[in-house]
Amino acid sequence: MSFSPTSAPLISLRGVRKSFGHLEVLRGIDMDIRKGEVVAIIGPSGSGKSTILRTINGLTPINEGSIRVGDIEVSDPKLDKVKLRHRVGMVFQQYNLFPHRTVLQNVAMAPIQVLKERREQVEERARRLLAEMRLPDKADAYPGELSGGQQQRVAIARALCMEPEVILFDEVTAALDPEMVKEVLAAVRKVAEGGVTCILVTHEMGFAREAADHIYFTDRGVIVEHAAPQVFFTEASDPRTKEFLSKVL
Amino acid sequence: MTASQALANVVEWMPFILRGFGLNILMSVLAILIGTALGTFLGLGQLSRLRLVGAPSRLATQLFRNAPWLVLLFYCIFLMPYQVNIGGMSIVLPSWLRATIGFSFPVAANFSEIVRGAVNSVPHGQWEAAEALGYSRRATLFRIVLPQCISRMIPPWMNLYALLLTATPLSMIVGVEEALGRTQAAVQAQANSAMLIPMYLALLAMFFFYTWPINRLSRTLEGRFGTK
Ligand SMILES: Nc1ncnc2c1ncn2[C@@H]1O[C@H](COP(=O)(O)OP(=O)(O)O)[C@@H](O)[C@H]1O
Ligand SMILES: [Mg+2]
Repeated sequence: MSFSPTSAPLISLRGVRKSFGHLEVLRGIDMDIRKGEVVAIIGPSGSGKSTILRTINGLTPINEGSIRVGDIEVSDPKLDKVKLRHRVGMVFQQYNLFPHRTVLQNVAMAPIQVLKERREQVEERARRLLAEMRLPDKADAYPGELSGGQQQRVAIARALCMEPEVILFDEVTAALDPEMVKEVLAAVRKVAEGGVTCILVTHEMGFAREAADHIYFTDRGVIVEHAAPQVFFTEASDPRTKEFLSKVL
Repeated sequence: MTASQALANVVEWMPFILRGFGLNILMSVLAILIGTALGTFLGLGQLSRLRLVGAPSRLATQLFRNAPWLVLLFYCIFLMPYQVNIGGMSIVLPSWLRATIGFSFPVAANFSEIVRGAVNSVPHGQWEAAEALGYSRRATLFRIVLPQCISRMIPPWMNLYALLLTATPLSMIVGVEEALGRTQAAVQAQANSAMLIPMYLALLAMFFFYTWPINRLSRTLEGRFGTK
């Protein structure tokens, strides 16, 4: 993606710490992500990747440090949550579509009900997004009638319909059969090409390598190293990274 | 006494007993309505994150759910006033109405648990997805979670109703003239111990033919809604 390295980052995390009970899951996370960038977070399971994503859109409150998205201070106790969620969308591993609503309603309901936008306008946008996700004829279907790959693309359209600046993708292909992984990755790529800032947790190393501008490697609640993909995959220096890569590549 | 004689006696007393059964139905319908309304509040209250709402709701639910229905009935019959004054008008509360209120409490408590169970059966991911889209907890509950689980609440609600109806004869003990009380009176009036079995059999049949279809329907719906 094109970005000027000198511009101020859109998202920054400083010294973010988070504990669940006695378990310290994040132990001082620093990140800077610029507008339009595609960032991949990789690392062993349980290393805190999902938690990092969830702290960025305020689903998980942090214990220490600060998180800023644009002009929004996420850890501010007076945080305007709707404003933050308008700006930062999220797509989950398990899709989490609303089963009692049609595909079109799933995509359009939050902008209508939460952002109070005009229905006709939102539905028009929703149909356009479904077409972009290559699901133009599924508008009136229910999620239960779709394949996993199709459901995940609806979930991506649902996130996009809020017109966010940032979308967080949490292992969005991990629950899918192999033949559907590709179609969902293509959809993620399309989102990135549209200029939306993307932060994705993924185990698809090939995808991270070709689609990401930057890679962060996490282990036990810290960022061990981060680099551009060509550097990261060939010249990783830390032994923990090397060990992880030797297992997954 | 021949079987046809017994049958004739049963048929003769039927209208008298059926009028009593009408009262059982009336009490059960009113109690399920009151109990459902009250139970909805209690159930949603149980789910509240506000301790001031959650704790009392949970306490009331457990209290009324674990108390014998008859004891609750006694409370309502003997502690509630015979008449209430509303704006200068005094309204007499007949014992069947006080009994109905007595039945409403355990119904409310059981329905409260049905609501809580149904809401908790919705996967956590639904709450998260809604939260990530900017929905408040309340909006998530009413717009996303409850619409998904109302169908799941119907079969247990119907079972609760059937259970309630079969419990209404308890009100005989506190002097309500419902079907059981009337059957007993009819048996005594006939002064014939041979009529005991046919009369009570007729009473049982009455309850059975009313409740059985409800339980059947509930089963069918349970299958259709895929209740776990
Ligand atoms: N809500 C929670 N309550 C308690 N522990 C949690 C919670 N969420 C995550 N954890 C724990 O935090 C650690 C990191 O979790 P997570 O961020 O999901 O890791 P990853 O996504 O890298 O697999 C794990 O040990 C997990 O069990
Ligand atoms: Mg995870």
